Amino acid sequence: MGGQVPIEEGLFTWPSDDPRLIGSECQKCKAILFPVQSGCPRCTSDDTQPKELGTRGTLWTWTIQGYPPKSPPYAGDIENFEPYGVGYVEIHDEVKVETRLTVADKDVLEIGLEMKLTFIPAYTDKDGNEVMTFAFAPVAQ
Amino acid sequence: MSKPEVAIVGIGIHPFGRTPERSGQEQGVYAVRKALKDAGVEWPDVQFAFGGSQAAGAADTMVSKLGLTGLQFINVANGCATGGSALFSAYNTIASGAFDLGIAIGYDKHERGAFRVNTRSSGLGDWYGKQGLALTTQFFGMKINRYMENYGISHNTLAKVSAKAFRNAEHNPNAWRRQPISEEQILESDMLSYPLTKFMFCSPAEGGVALILARADQAHKYTDTPVYLNAAVVRSRRWGSFEVMAPSLALEDGDGPTVDTSKAAFEMAGIEPTDVDVAQLQDTEAGAEIMHMAENGFCDHGEQERIIQQGETEIGGRLPVNTDGGCLANGEPVGASGLRQVYENVLQLRGAAGKRQVPNDPQVAYTHVYGAPGISGVTILSR
Repeated sequence: MGGQVPIEEGLFTWPSDDPRLIGSECQKCKAILFPVQSGCPRCTSDDTQPKELGTRGTLWTWTIQGYPPKSPPYAGDIENFEPYGVGYVEIHDEVKVETRLTVADKDVLEIGLEMKLTFIPAYTDKDGNEVMTFAFAPVAQ
Repeated sequence: MSKPEVAIVGIGIHPFGRTPERSGQEQGVYAVRKALKDAGVEWPDVQFAFGGSQAAGAADTMVSKLGLTGLQFINVANGCATGGSALFSAYNTIASGAFDLGIAIGYDKHERGAFRVNTRSSGLGDWYGKQGLALTTQFFGMKINRYMENYGISHNTLAKVSAKAFRNAEHNPNAWRRQPISEEQILESDMLSYPLTKFMFCSPAEGGVALILARADQAHKYTDTPVYLNAAVVRSRRWGSFEVMAPSLALEDGDGPTVDTSKAAFEMAGIEPTDVDVAQLQDTEAGAEIMHMAENGFCDHGEQERIIQQGETEIGGRLPVNTDGGCLANGEPVGASGLRQVYENVLQLRGAAGKRQVPNDPQVAYTHVYGAPGISGVTILSR
């Protein structure tokens, strides 16, 4: 049995005591993007620096992935597919991040819902490791 | 209305849907031959070509079947706006005075099911697709979900858009899905990406379209019913727009590229949205048609609920939209889709659309495409 590994280096600081997403901030106009990128699409500056993002936000919009995505690129379990939530969470005063949601219930998900960052297993790699990625969960849960 | 410099003098189409016996390129060649015949010209008369497909190979290879005449042939690849971009390029090539007669070609042949996204070619990491993001269907669900909340659009209005598409396609021999489907069936079909059900989505498909363009002052050499291109505009996204394949979005909300494209096109043509008699708007899903009505300036955000419930976008309505069944009933062969819209508008302006002819003696027609990662193309045509 393997352990747990991050889906990609540099995307977030998990594992740590206070794991966060790593975005980038334009040093000229302060626009924030996720993930890290060079170049600011807002003001065209090329001066951006990594920035750890906040862990709370509100659900800006959402949907439920109701069918198994094509594989590749999807690496999750197709045979035992369960619908999952996807949304944009507006991290307070920073940026809207597209994310998996821990909830896939249309009666729970609503625009404006308070959300918090968490980490979930996305799939199991060929070495038996659980590959971890970021997600957002309703604060109330 | 501005004085047009370019006219469409010939149109050809290969039926959309599934044609197992023909490759994508062969469907493109089929459409070209139809267009040549319609314009009354031969392949050696064609001085230049812009052509594209997303999944069916390089368009310029078709000269091996059409004839090695040595013409200038440029491949176009611009996502869902590939056809629109081919037309835009052909338009400018004639308007610049470089050539007098040319062709815009689009065809495609996609595998079944939703589009498989190559995250790397979109400049994104593998993690994005591996964890189950990177689906165009998710974007469409999320965009219309927020729009419905903000502007009071109902689930039934989504269903009405789809029902109209299949009903219009019944009278289009080149459409793929020609069986009317009731609003109830549409609403009760599988929920693919909330709030959008199976019958609210178009599918990737196959097909081909070719359009022959000439200098406007020479158009009558080829046809008694030239259709003039008063505007052809392509734009990309700006900061604040909500686009497909976006791991993050700006904190500020802004207009999508369609708004810029549409405004520029109306300015170029020198007309207003109220002057348009028939419109083909990108309807990759039912919500897109609704949002694009407002983004293209045909109504205010939220007005669509009343407009659609009252049937104003039906073939006999005030502004018929997607009279050939749109992407919903034709499917979306990416390379051909934007040119299909123009093909339909040429038929409507010629008064040759048969049972789906709009009855208002149309003078001005409008096409709009939208695609990843935030591009839009608009044309305005008149007769």
